[in-house]
Amino acid sequence: MNDTARENDRKTWMSLLAKAPSGRLAALWSEAGYAPEHSFLRTPEQGAVMVQGRTGATGAPFNLGEMTVTRCAAKLADGTVGHGYVQGRDKAKAVTAALIDALMQTDQAPEVRAAILTPLAHEAQRAAEVKAAKAAATKVEFFTLVRGED
Amino acid sequence: MYVAVKGGERAIDNAHALLAEKRRGDTSVVELSVAQIREQLSLAVNRVMAEGSLFDPDLAALAIKQAQGDLIEAIFLIRAYRTTLPRFGSSRPIETGQMACTRRVSATFKDAPGGQVLGPTFDYTHRLLDFKLMADGEVPEAETAPPRTEPTPHIMDFLNTEGLIEEEEAHDDTPPDLTRVPLELPAERPLRLQSLTRGDEGFILGMAYSTQRGYARNHAFVGELRTGTVPVEMEIPELGFAIEIGEIEVSECETVNQFKGSKTEPPQFTRGYGLIFGQSERKAISMALVDRALRWKELGEDDVGAPAQNEEFVLYHADNIQATGFLEHIKLPHYVDFQAELELVRKMRAEAQTGLQEAAE
Repeated sequence: MNDTARENDRKTWMSLLAKAPSGRLAALWSEAGYAPEHSFLRTPEQGAVMVQGRTGATGAPFNLGEMTVTRCAAKLADGTVGHGYVQGRDKAKAVTAALIDALMQTDQAPEVRAAILTPLAHEAQRAAEVKAAKAAATKVEFFTLVRGED
Repeated sequence: MYVAVKGGERAIDNAHALLAEKRRGDTSVVELSVAQIREQLSLAVNRVMAEGSLFDPDLAALAIKQAQGDLIEAIFLIRAYRTTLPRFGSSRPIETGQMACTRRVSATFKDAPGGQVLGPTFDYTHRLLDFKLMADGEVPEAETAPPRTEPTPHIMDFLNTEGLIEEEEAHDDTPPDLTRVPLELPAERPLRLQSLTRGDEGFILGMAYSTQRGYARNHAFVGELRTGTVPVEMEIPELGFAIEIGEIEVSECETVNQFKGSKTEPPQFTRGYGLIFGQSERKAISMALVDRALRWKELGEDDVGAPAQNEEFVLYHADNIQATGFLEHIKLPHYVDFQAELELVRKMRAEAQTGLQEAAE
């Protein structure tokens, strides 16, 4: 894997962890039974990120409002550093995300991916599909009335 | 002379205890949970997030519970809370063209690619009270249909093949932030949009309605109205790349406004824009109409003196927390001020009576 592919892969799993439902991530994490020894480079911290939009969807940026985010940086015993940036105010979720990010950079990556990331990705995709399918059922099918002129 | 008075501490404590009891209501009725509010009063939650200017459905639901359903009080609680949060940074501008739409309609283009998707809307309901909801109602599962897999394109892109619609100029300047620097006039469009999106729904609606009734009428069509979720991306300095830090629901309204041209611009369709946290299309449409009205100067239109064109009037009165803070403070003790006024009126009265007597003599 080259650097760009590695970066994209990491970006994908970090994004997945950020959006994962707290309860579901906690359940998968405890089922997998990982408890890596670690220290904190940054203890879990709640904060806000200013979300920007664009005028007319494509023009100049403007500030839409903030969202809550919790972040954390953890270091494994072997020195691997993991970062967690997750939506909301759940500190435990940020710690779990940072530890998973760290483990994914070690040789345990395949098992972590199979136990946690793959199920999360499937569930997220499934939820998005159900939502899209319900919206699709409300799509208007126009039909033209036949005029009784001839 | 200024007289400081003390007292009322016990009365205040007891008032707070009474408030807590009133909030809980009849204890033989099951207490509301925050999760129930978040899931079942989601449009109230959305309004609190939009005007509280903080996307966090759990906190907004808690605020609604604490405020006994007084949404402006709930917004106040959220505004106060957000000031305690350190800011980690700013996101990249969200890409609403990539939105996973749950609703998307256009009043101008029937056959737009992606179609007219009604979504969970009150439109076409008969506004008759549904007494079934007074009983425990089982909700039938919503229907499904094969979903669209690709993003739904913005309708504006299709409408503009003839170049008859004003173009948005894209750039990446850092936008001004009225939560960091007090609002100053004249305000550029990004600052106006920030003010409008967190402004009071009722006020923005009233202003928008005034343009429809003829006070700076701007002939708006809803080019597109969409609600759905978008990912939020942020550059993470310690990583050196951007990740998605979450996903938010937003409503977006783009209006196309008939425009006969001005000294500086040719006849074309001009644009108004609304973007709001959550599903809140009344506010999104209102915001787009007011945005368009406030753009009179940059489009070379005449100032017809309408309230919606007056950015000082609109922007300085849109914030319901500023408004309610100043308004409600007048119920707090003003004993000294009033004493002074009383003295003054007595004196004027006495002088006026003396004047009358002298004139009569």
